[in-house]
Amino acid sequence: MADKILMAHGSGGLMSHDLITSRVAAKLQNEILGTMDDAAVLNCEGRLAFTTDSYVVTPCFFPGGDIGKLAVCGTVNDLSVMGASPRYLSLGLILEEGLPLSELDTIMDSIAAAASEAGVQVVTGDTKVVARGSADKIFINTSGIGLLRPGTRISGSCARPGDVIIINGTIADHGTAVLSQREGLKFSGELCSDCAPLNGLVEAVLDACGDIHAMRDPTRGGLATSLNEIARQSSVGIVINEEAVPVRQPVASLCELLGLDPLYVANEGKLLVFVPASGAEKVVGAMQNQKYGRQARVIGKVTEAGPSRVMMRTRLGTTRIVNMITGDLLPRIC
Amino acid sequence: MSIIHEFEKASLVQGVLKNIRSIDTGPVRLMEFCGSHTAAILKSGLRQLLPSDVKLLSGPGCPVCVTHQDDIDRMIALAAIPGVTLCTFGDMLKVPGSRGSLAEASADGADIRTVYSTLDALEIARQNPDRRVVLLGVGFETTAPTIAASIVQARDEGLANYRVFSLAKVCPPVVRALLASGEVDIDGIICPGHVSAVIGSKPFEFIPGEYAIACAVAGFEPVDILLAIEMILVQIKNHKPAVDIAYSRFVTREGNSHARKLMAEVFETVPAMWRGFGEVPASGLVVAPGFAEFDAMQDPAVAGLAIEPCSPDPGCRCGDILRGVMLPEDCPRFGKGCSPACPLGPCMVSAEGACASYYMYGRQNGG
Amino acid sequence: MCLAVPAKIISISGLQAEIDIDGIRRKTSLYLTPEAREGDYVLLHAGFAIKVLDKEEAAQTLDLLRQMNVNNP
Repeated sequence: MADKILMAHGSGGLMSHDLITSRVAAKLQNEILGTMDDAAVLNCEGRLAFTTDSYVVTPCFFPGGDIGKLAVCGTVNDLSVMGASPRYLSLGLILEEGLPLSELDTIMDSIAAAASEAGVQVVTGDTKVVARGSADKIFINTSGIGLLRPGTRISGSCARPGDVIIINGTIADHGTAVLSQREGLKFSGELCSDCAPLNGLVEAVLDACGDIHAMRDPTRGGLATSLNEIARQSSVGIVINEEAVPVRQPVASLCELLGLDPLYVANEGKLLVFVPASGAEKVVGAMQNQKYGRQARVIGKVTEAGPSRVMMRTRLGTTRIVNMITGDLLPRIC
Repeated sequence: MSIIHEFEKASLVQGVLKNIRSIDTGPVRLMEFCGSHTAAILKSGLRQLLPSDVKLLSGPGCPVCVTHQDDIDRMIALAAIPGVTLCTFGDMLKVPGSRGSLAEASADGADIRTVYSTLDALEIARQNPDRRVVLLGVGFETTAPTIAASIVQARDEGLANYRVFSLAKVCPPVVRALLASGEVDIDGIICPGHVSAVIGSKPFEFIPGEYAIACAVAGFEPVDILLAIEMILVQIKNHKPAVDIAYSRFVTREGNSHARKLMAEVFETVPAMWRGFGEVPASGLVVAPGFAEFDAMQDPAVAGLAIEPCSPDPGCRCGDILRGVMLPEDCPRFGKGCSPACPLGPCMVSAEGACASYYMYGRQNGG
Repeated sequence: MCLAVPAKIISISGLQAEIDIDGIRRKTSLYLTPEAREGDYVLLHAGFAIKVLDKEEAAQTLDLLRQMNVNNP
């Protein structure tokens, strides 16, 4: 019995069928998936939010999670920050010939656990196998459907002057955790991805305040990129306080060592909330009562309508721009 | 709290800042030589705290930025030689040569690996005995000893497939070239902190000695840079130029003698081409004849590389920026045709290029 | 120019050291600073320790800065 993925696993025959039923579907047990029809039939009433994302993180396994957990949480969070309650996911797997089955099992376990925590069901999917070298171990695509709360109008274009900006915890945890595992860097230490499903946290925010203007889960490109995106979408200025932005010390140290700015390093479990000043205290309190919001705090505010830009008040009391980054961050020495 | 973190405390800044404000020198122009200092100054917004008559200019202290266009073209051609694995520090990947960059060469199939340390390049050589593994040795005196150490280690191990393409440079000669040109009017120089940790402050003593220009070696926290500026202003006020050491916890007059000795053993000093300066005497480090078997330039395939000289984009003013003649924000293409997304020259690519630092941290408007 | 960061040596084996920066650990070469000892702080650059911290000078610089704060309330 093979202990790794073979081309035959993707051929559509018995081996494919066995792989899907025993190693994929078996972990995701639900009625809709159980029908094993060509499409999932769903009952939904109301306005829907729909999103898709592909996951190609390398390495697949990192402190705090793996590509499977990421694939569920990323899509759950994209729905959540629109004010939608995530319900259903699709799961597309592209497996490289030679992928150890034990690694697939671990990833599927992570997907199942994350889906269970988020309260979502994986109701449809697809599995393909490509020749060795045509993919890097495993690529995953998840699409997700969520139900919007009636009357919800939350969007990156709705931030307004006077809005307070709240974050649920420390930044740059995910990017540094993944980077530390990369070949050639060989750093070890107290680094851990913050990968987490945030729909529970978002529910608490929406229950605490009915006038949330915008939310975002800053991922690739970090906090700075999300703030710049919202500033542009809403045509506003934003100011954040350097002292208020929480960064764990080991994360800050690794960033310094590699010449990275934590503001631009990826997150996978962070929530930004833009709320009118009158609702800020209540939202922070509600977040701090939640598992993924214990360190929630105000980090800045929306200043004025007009040219979109993000400024930061530094530790020294000076002000400087927080620019949009271009291209990839490279570890550098000089 | 560890003694290191003490220097990060914002409260330490107040006293030295008040000292600076109380020293009356009239308008002064200070050059921070080092790209890391430019980045630190802009990132912390330090210019906003200084008196308005203290003007800061950035200098040529970015080894990626001062790498000559022909050398960039040569390294890209080197990467394309069959059997060569090119190891480079991350900054060089996106620098535009006349026809593309190393990143583009990689996309076209060249075997180019990013390394954090020269020791990683040695490991790649060990693991790939059938490849000619060439380290692209770009850097100043902070990095040159680490390149030298890798060559000695390769020799001790008999690692026959390891080579170094050395474009390492030394700093004091280019400072001399800058001052001798008379092109820039400066009253003080903030000397590079980590270069000085290796070579000591002594090699910079010709600056006050021959040019009567005030100097101080600075560290990289805002308070370190401010302390150096304070020392420079005191020198100017008292008409007593010298090389003060504001970074004394890591910098001495003599530096790291062990590292200096190693550099002298492994490298030979030669004239080198600097972007913006042309040829600067005794400013380049090439592998010494005693270590010739590790010198990529001795490799026939490399020595025989024919590079068509090609002028950089005429709109690119990197040369003027590097000589301190022009500030990035005064370049007509800054943010208009030249940006980190599509750089005309290396000053906008390297994370410590003055233009990249000004673009990322020094502007007042988003873009 | 030269991104270098202070790190603490927590153990040494020959010319290799294990360094710690606030919980980040890595192996580092002491080839350029063979005089370094366990407990020393070093300047870490590209996988090598390039200089050992002078603790006395560090303390003196801090004293100087704190005195400036006192003199300029």
